[in-house]
Amino acid sequence: MTMLENRPTTNAKLNSKVPSGALSEKWDTFKANAKLVNPNNKRKFKVIVVGTGLAGASAAATLAELGYQVDAFTFHDSPRRAHSIAAQGGINAAKNYQGDGDSVSRLFTDTIKGGDFRSREANVYRLAQVSVNIIDQMVAQGVPFAREYGGLLDNRSFGGAQVSRTFYARGQTGQQLLLGAYQQLSRQIGLGGVRLFNRCELVDIVVIDGRAAGIVTRDLLTGQVTSHAAHAVVLATGGYGNVYFLSTNAMNCNVTAAWRAHRRGAYFANPCYTQIHPTCIPQADETQSKLTLMSESLRNDGRVWVPKNADETRPAHQIPEAERDYFLERLYPSYGNLAPRDISSRAAKRLVDKGQGVGPLKNGVYLDFSAAIARLGRNVVEERYGNLFEMYERIAGENPYDVPMRIYPATHYTMGGLWVDYELQTTIPGLYAAGEANFSDLGANRLGASALMQGLADGYFVLPYTISNGLAPLLNKSVPGVDHPEFKRVEAEARSRYEGYINVKGTRSPDYFHRELGKIIWDYCGMERDRNGLEKAISEIPALYDEFKKDLRVTGTGEGMNQTLEKAGRVDDFFQLGMLMCKDALAREESAGGHFRVEYQTDEGEAQRDDENFCHVAAWEWTGDANEATRHAEELSFETLQLATRSYK
Amino acid sequence: MSHTLSNLTVKVWRQDGPNAVGRFETHVIESITDEASFLEMLDVLNERLISQGKEAVVFDHDCREGICGTCSLMINGQAHGPQRATTTCQLHMRSFKSNDTIVIEPWRAGAFPIVKDLMVNRSAFDRIVESGGYITSPTGGAPDANLIPVPKPVADAAMDSAACIGCGACVAACPNGAANLFVGAKIAHLNLLPQGQAERYRRAEAMVDTMDEHFGSCTNHGECSAACPKEISLDVIALMNKDYRSAKFKNRKELSRN
Repeated sequence: MTMLENRPTTNAKLNSKVPSGALSEKWDTFKANAKLVNPNNKRKFKVIVVGTGLAGASAAATLAELGYQVDAFTFHDSPRRAHSIAAQGGINAAKNYQGDGDSVSRLFTDTIKGGDFRSREANVYRLAQVSVNIIDQMVAQGVPFAREYGGLLDNRSFGGAQVSRTFYARGQTGQQLLLGAYQQLSRQIGLGGVRLFNRCELVDIVVIDGRAAGIVTRDLLTGQVTSHAAHAVVLATGGYGNVYFLSTNAMNCNVTAAWRAHRRGAYFANPCYTQIHPTCIPQADETQSKLTLMSESLRNDGRVWVPKNADETRPAHQIPEAERDYFLERLYPSYGNLAPRDISSRAAKRLVDKGQGVGPLKNGVYLDFSAAIARLGRNVVEERYGNLFEMYERIAGENPYDVPMRIYPATHYTMGGLWVDYELQTTIPGLYAAGEANFSDLGANRLGASALMQGLADGYFVLPYTISNGLAPLLNKSVPGVDHPEFKRVEAEARSRYEGYINVKGTRSPDYFHRELGKIIWDYCGMERDRNGLEKAISEIPALYDEFKKDLRVTGTGEGMNQTLEKAGRVDDFFQLGMLMCKDALAREESAGGHFRVEYQTDEGEAQRDDENFCHVAAWEWTGDANEATRHAEELSFETLQLATRSYK
Repeated sequence: MSHTLSNLTVKVWRQDGPNAVGRFETHVIESITDEASFLEMLDVLNERLISQGKEAVVFDHDCREGICGTCSLMINGQAHGPQRATTTCQLHMRSFKSNDTIVIEPWRAGAFPIVKDLMVNRSAFDRIVESGGYITSPTGGAPDANLIPVPKPVADAAMDSAACIGCGACVAACPNGAANLFVGAKIAHLNLLPQGQAERYRRAEAMVDTMDEHFGSCTNHGECSAACPKEISLDVIALMNKDYRSAKFKNRKELSRN
């Protein structure tokens, strides 16, 4: 492929609809001009919200409070299980409660810079603006954030930031925020504003006359395939990190909702932007089903090091200071152990690749708290990280108060997702995407404590405004119901897809294929990518996918609970997404944030962007075959910030 | 350092549906590393069942890091197994020895009907939260967060209760199938905070009444707290009872004014 072929095509569908005017006034301008739906008319509109994590639960609850009829869907037994619950560290907000120089524009700048200038400026500015409302909202709901003795909110600093703007609830911030949103959603379920469909999975999107008309779901308890019609559909279905098989995502996280929307015409943006989290527990054995993350907040007080000598065999505490390499402090003096995630991850990988790794498999680096315990006392360290230390001990069988933790990077978050405009609407009118399922705010790399912020911003403070703007023109117009032939056709297609998995009657389980696919993607489209590897992946994945179609074995039937069958459907979609990820990574001939192409790096081994040719969002259009997807581009421009090379030295 | 366990006998509950007759099925795991988690041991068993053309054992699980509350197994008669303060997904095979027999059952409680094999329906918990387990605060009207100071000890106590993951181990461990620890934890979380005062007594009454529709009665065995993977203290039940009792007077007075 030459540069010329890489030139993106422009496309009328990719209108970001960013309001005109100064950056700081765009959101106000939008709100001042958005169309409203009269309170008495809101109940005439049905909105479907798929997913009940931070973005989904907050959107469903707020839309129902406003008066819309909301149907909420989750494949879990309860909305409270969504994977937002596992976020540990915190949530950013430009409150400047610490008086340390924070402001909306500084949070904006940090987020843009953290995203390596590959996010949409106007969305990020809005995110920074509404961040302050999120904290107010969550405190009013009773989220027990950490407090100072005087009763005011406490903050800490987080990777990639020089101010303390992160709010937290011990090491369970995601849990407490999700429970807050879940409780607000539950109130609406109790009041009848939201109908909840639990253990119910989206299997397709229905598009009629170019507009999202509803969804088709499969009831996981009965296997029944059913249609649901609505005036608007919101996908808040999370990210696709489980494409790697081993990741920090929960076992059931999957890309099916976003992928099925993509196949029905929604463009998929920047699939190659995946985030590797630097502080996870290294893989211990071959049965491992997932990796566990230790909150990045640990890097506030932990020091990261490896022995200088690759043949070191002594236990950590016997290695003298002079023979330790505190590599993040050495390489990035001003940020030290708080350098951004991608930078810290690659630094660790380079040392492990050189043989300086620690642990029985030499596949980790130390995260050492002995200095913090000496400086602050064990009590303070326990107060800040007690539950994380316990969690580590449970998994690794070692006590981090006595011996340093061992950590290694793992896939954690996906910045790519469904392309959305300023209103969070996909290229299918009436179909919205929120939270990790969309692509817009976090660019090529997400800073710590910004995923919770983005999910809640979208659900609480953006969608409720933009959805009314989209619905107002539909007032008193009829929309297709579930008896429309297109619903029946899509339902039949979904039924035959699931019957198809059972009827292959091959020899390998869905997990086998998932594991094999994950290995290819991790090896060639993981922390570092290069042309040869990506081309290899693009040739290997279709071969494995063919084997999947011929040799899959799903036992049991399509009626009643069948987790093997659920998994087959999800792995099928991961195959197609995996191909698109590799294509996207190959086409992006630069390094940016989490996308690190070995060919494009500075002399110091840092990511080298190509702003002249790649300062754009790649948005892929489905053409019937993942290998033949068409690449479109939305150009990115930066009004207030100079495109600059990130420097965390 | 890792070791390999050999010859584990696993007796696992199989039940085809809510109304089907259940049975124990016995499998032998010839060898497995003790670094594996308990659920990874079940993954290995399921891979083997699929390769034999049999249906995999259905069990609930998701985050596998002890926070989502989805996993739910009775292991040798103990909710979440033998390790203190640990969910099933965080339990590792290093808690077992070679030649052990491990009996795996679903939660057994009247309010949690079995869906299939080891999976149960815990929706009754959601119904309780829907009846009052929240602070009414519609989006948009919240005052600045620091306008509501919360003394640190109060915030800490609320957080201790809010740590509940809603797994249902308390109910499964209770000889009466009572949900008092779960409900007490939510009531304590919200009723301790200044933000929760406006609805304090209404909340206590509504949640307890809904609880009573589904679950058994508490007779202070304390098994719930012993089984709780988040070590929620029995104190929350005392606070719930106190607020419920007060609610019966206060709410009546309030009603008489209306």
